[in-house]
Amino acid sequence: MRSRLGRVKGLGSAHHGVGHWWQLRVTSVALIPLSMWFVISLVTALLSPNVIHVAEWFSSPLNSIFMILLLAVNFFHTKLGAQVVIEDYIKCRVSKYAMLLANTFVCYVLAGISILAVLKLHFLDVATSM
Amino acid sequence: MVLWLWSAAYAPEFYTTLHDLLASVFGKVLLLGWTVAFYFHLLCGIRHLIWDTGRGMSVPAINKSGIAAVVLTFILTAFTWGVAISAGVQ
Repeated sequence: MRSRLGRVKGLGSAHHGVGHWWQLRVTSVALIPLSMWFVISLVTALLSPNVIHVAEWFSSPLNSIFMILLLAVNFFHTKLGAQVVIEDYIKCRVSKYAMLLANTFVCYVLAGISILAVLKLHFLDVATSM
Repeated sequence: MVLWLWSAAYAPEFYTTLHDLLASVFGKVLLLGWTVAFYFHLLCGIRHLIWDTGRGMSVPAINKSGIAAVVLTFILTAFTWGVAISAGVQ
């Protein structure tokens, strides 16, 4: 994948070699089964008017683990993808770096918030607290 | 998605509001748009992954896979909504 000189120096035009490109491919492969699982879960169980059904669904460790994996990989993939768009299309250096910074912050904050919510739902004692 | 998870975990009253919004005509239009966008992104992503292996790079193959991505998007969207409606998702 990388030239011998590139591997030795660890440098490309962006000084990161193919790392970013490769991470985008790895996350996209992981997201194929994870996102399809999420759509199936939405249709079969999660789109419920009753919040207790949702909480009970998250009491399963398997559901919670897959959901946390989906959220982590998804927001990382989103961050990488949006980063490419900003790098390629924003010419003004100030707004480019401002947007790159905001992109990183927003993606990681959203990932943190949503994973925390899954953890709370997973460890919730549904019978007593809802 | 984040709002939905957060409301289920920390604001059950808001969960009901959010669910009613998504179940309304306006919400269904949003969800339908999301379904189309999801499958189109998924299929085009798979198309790009195949290109990355060096396959399917000829012009006729690219034209064919492009049409296939659009057609499959609508088939999968229709299938998903068919399942959801017959399962009685509200």
